[in-house]
Amino acid sequence: MTTATATRTHVAEVPTRRKAFDWGQVRTYIQAAIILVWCLLPAYWMIVTAFREVAYTYDPTFWFTHVSLENFRTVFDESLGNRFGQALLNSLIVAGITTLIALVVGVFAAYALARLNFRFKFLVLGFILGASMFPGVALVTPLFQLFTNIGWIGTYQALIIPNISFVLPLTVYTLTSFFREMPWELEESARIDGCTQGQAFRKIILPLAAPATFTTAILAFISAWNEFLIASQLSNDQTKTVTVAIASFAGSEPMQEPYTAVMAAGTLVTIPLVLLVLIFQRKIVAGLTAGAVK
Amino acid sequence: MSTDVTKKAPTTEAAHHMPGRESADRKQVTQGRWASVLLAPSLILLGIVIIYPVVNAIIMSFQKDSGLDPATGFFVEGGPAGFENYTHWLLQQCNGVPCPPGTLGAQFWDSFGVTFFFTAVTVALETVLGFWMAVIMARSFRGRSAIRAAVLVPWAIPTAVTAKLWFFIFAFQGIANQLFNTQILWTGSEWPAKWAIIIADVWKTTPFMALLILAGLQLIPDEVYEAAKVDGASAWQRFTLITLPLVKPALMVAILFRVLDALRMFDLPYIMTQGANGTSTLSILVVQQIRQGFNTAAALSTITFLVIFIVAFIFVRFLGANAVAAASTGGKKK
Repeated sequence: MTTATATRTHVAEVPTRRKAFDWGQVRTYIQAAIILVWCLLPAYWMIVTAFREVAYTYDPTFWFTHVSLENFRTVFDESLGNRFGQALLNSLIVAGITTLIALVVGVFAAYALARLNFRFKFLVLGFILGASMFPGVALVTPLFQLFTNIGWIGTYQALIIPNISFVLPLTVYTLTSFFREMPWELEESARIDGCTQGQAFRKIILPLAAPATFTTAILAFISAWNEFLIASQLSNDQTKTVTVAIASFAGSEPMQEPYTAVMAAGTLVTIPLVLLVLIFQRKIVAGLTAGAVK
Repeated sequence: MSTDVTKKAPTTEAAHHMPGRESADRKQVTQGRWASVLLAPSLILLGIVIIYPVVNAIIMSFQKDSGLDPATGFFVEGGPAGFENYTHWLLQQCNGVPCPPGTLGAQFWDSFGVTFFFTAVTVALETVLGFWMAVIMARSFRGRSAIRAAVLVPWAIPTAVTAKLWFFIFAFQGIANQLFNTQILWTGSEWPAKWAIIIADVWKTTPFMALLILAGLQLIPDEVYEAAKVDGASAWQRFTLITLPLVKPALMVAILFRVLDALRMFDLPYIMTQGANGTSTLSILVVQQIRQGFNTAAALSTITFLVIFIVAFIFVRFLGANAVAAASTGGKKK
């Protein structure tokens, strides 16, 4: 259904063009332009600042001026204590492993929720949905003490385990709504046509489920990559993730907020995500809204 | 439910053992068994990562913190605390006397208030703006897909980066003050700090709201609007009598998600103001308390959890925001 809605045209009247002048259409374009500017301008300002010399931090010139790459050097400058390369690696490891675990475990749960009839289904869904809305601080307090006692502060598992608490429910929830939309009848048709069970799974179900699983993986990865609260409390200098690193950045000028370097770091962290999101735009929107609206 | 009962049986191992005599009842049992096998890993994992910490936090919250009492300077032993940690926050009592101003204990109700203030204002603004964006995005015009892609940009940027970005925009010499020719200490004074956080939050999360509402709008068949038009309904009437009621279930779920998310708001105020100038949310208060005493912090995190739970309950029970029902009956309605 999610795919169906994406291709449908809806709600608004398709305007009958070639009329004198369509004021309604002009109003639509003006409002669309406002949305575009509101969404993109702050992000654009981040990129402009990232490429600006430190001395011109507060220069209000709208376009790229005093372009320099020094901010990107500052970002990776270990002599200032910015272990940004390490932080990127940490984020990749933490978000990657979290996503992997959530997918491998969640795919079975999603299949059961989407395809099987059983008692307490409502309850299980409620629990999973509730888990995804669970406040992180309620985990951080006991885990901080536990991980301190067993010496886990500064390990990857100390970040991965609490991350699972919100990435796994998200994964199960999104996959469930995707699986529900899949044409499972094809599996049976394939078997009637002489496929073995294994062939039917490999040739029919897997290709159908792969895009859904991939989209879910992107959503799960983004949510783990963007996590801040848990990482800020349960990591140390060695396992700091990028979000924590960006929040506590050191610049070349002591006592001065290194805005340009922070914007450079922000740009580095954001560009891959934005590209990913723009490339898989349709699927991601489907995944985001899946389940919530039916 | 689109679930077709007849054809999972072959995939279950149990079904192979009893071919040919599948009553509907038995099928249900088989599916139930199969489901519990498939669900077990997820539920056990969630049990470990959520229920264990929560139970642990509740046990901790009834223990005294040992160490120097930050308020009195006396050394206090651990041991059972009864409800002391809870009265510490709710009644703002530090060892039997009212907590002195400035201590964390004295801040509970302020934090409580500001958390709900942020939640109410951001969700209200996001709903209105999100609705507006969704209505525009639902129209057909050239470049529509560009708009739909653009709204994903704020959503994809990590909140920590968003916080730093708006912190920079709202810096004293920053672009906001230059643009509007003002000299406001945005993140350094009480109300501007609140509004800076609200604006950043609205920028970041309105797209999510808009996309959820848009998905709801797309479920409304065009024919309904055409029929209303034929009947002479004005644009406003079509909006209030068709769009709003039909999009309401999707809207309520979107609002529920956003409310619960806003109630645990942490990243933005923590990075933009460190909770100073009356912007300390409950989550920030918990984190600040962790360094001063686990058990007192555990009581506060339990209170925060309960507050969010109660709000969710009210939403689902009285306002009909039933995300679970949407998820469990979902699909194939159209």
